[in-house]
Amino acid sequence: MSEAYFRVESGALGSEENFLSLDDILMSHEKLPVRMETAMPRLGAFFLERSGGAETDNAVPQGLALLPRLECSGVIWLTVVLTSQAQVILPSQPPAWLRLQGSKLELPLWLAKGLFDNKRRILSVELPKIYQEGWRTVFSADANVVDLHKIGPHFYGFGSQLLHFDSPENADISQSLLQTFIGRFRRIMDSSQNAYNEDTSALVARLDEMERGLFQTGQKGLNDFQCWEKGQASQITVSTLVQNYKKRKFTDMED
Amino acid sequence: MFCEKATELVRELHRAPEGQLPAFNEDGLRQVLEEMKALYEQNQSDVNEAKSGGRSDLIPTIKFRHCSLLRNRRCTVAYLYDRLLRIRALRWEYGSILPNALRFHMSAEEMEWFNNYKKSLATYMRSLGGHEGLDITQDMKPPKSLYIEVRCLKDYGEFEVDDGTSVLLKKNSQHFLPRWKCEQLIRQGVLEHILS
Repeated sequence: MSEAYFRVESGALGSEENFLSLDDILMSHEKLPVRMETAMPRLGAFFLERSGGAETDNAVPQGLALLPRLECSGVIWLTVVLTSQAQVILPSQPPAWLRLQGSKLELPLWLAKGLFDNKRRILSVELPKIYQEGWRTVFSADANVVDLHKIGPHFYGFGSQLLHFDSPENADISQSLLQTFIGRFRRIMDSSQNAYNEDTSALVARLDEMERGLFQTGQKGLNDFQCWEKGQASQITVSTLVQNYKKRKFTDMED
Repeated sequence: MFCEKATELVRELHRAPEGQLPAFNEDGLRQVLEEMKALYEQNQSDVNEAKSGGRSDLIPTIKFRHCSLLRNRRCTVAYLYDRLLRIRALRWEYGSILPNALRFHMSAEEMEWFNNYKKSLATYMRSLGGHEGLDITQDMKPPKSLYIEVRCLKDYGEFEVDDGTSVLLKKNSQHFLPRWKCEQLIRQGVLEHILS
């Protein structure tokens, strides 16, 4: 790791994300299920450049399946046809189901946070499965067996930010997050402090991003200590940054 | 969804292994700014319509676009700021003169920022320690002796020592040199510090 590069740390575990933190930006890009409480006119009527790419397909098609009012869809198609001739400015077309009231869809956390208010005028938020009762019981049974990387690489950060949505289950969610971490922490600490010069991919495979950061910090401490024990602490070393650039130059030359 | 391009910028930076500076994504940034401009103009016209035409049902849509604008702004500012942090690290790890490969990765403004930072750092260092100044980029680890044993890792050429004599740095040659002259070269990977 580069010694002189100090990136902006994540604030997700606290009350607010850090504006400049890359980790927080990626964390808040994850989606959660919401229910639209009001229609959003004009978001379908955009100039098309390419047809909605993979990102619109991924955003849950449940909205379309739930289409209660067919006359709505007629209007949507008409609008789309009329504007398809026009010049393109925006890269992707927001899905047409944003006009439908009462439909359920998945929005990124940043959008849900921005549109949410206490009176739930625009949308209301549901808890993702992994923060609900069922999974909470699983975590309380044995937190160590769960693959936190698979079920959501930003489990703790995302869960902490979910508390902003004033769900009645907030107290239980926060307890669950805390207890899960307490249950898993011991193993992370042990493995990071005892895996010296080994391949650690098996150890970090089931950790979420925050736990991985913790693991790396532990490894760094271990390596520094071993280096000091060997008497190498006073040796001036090549900067890791320089080493990495040299490696890259080599591959550039190969191309 | 909007802000896909902006998130891609952030992802690209996040992917680069700790501290490395990828090429400046001029194109991506331009696309994000265009998206922001389009969003802003649409919101302008919708706000006017909402106020004069009494269409309060447009407000959620306006809010949606506004959130996207804020998000785009956040992503671009974080992208640019993180790059500056990496460039600052370059001064401390590489020294004042950057290799050309790295320079091509920076935009003109970033290069200017780097030069200004170098100047500020130099001014500050000159102001320390009385008349001669103090080079704080040296001695990153507490020194144990004035002279150190070094081995050359690659051909570098002539190297002049304080009392005028010059040393030829050829690959695998070993020398006993003053610490303060070699530190820079060791960090750059030209020499290797040998512990006795």
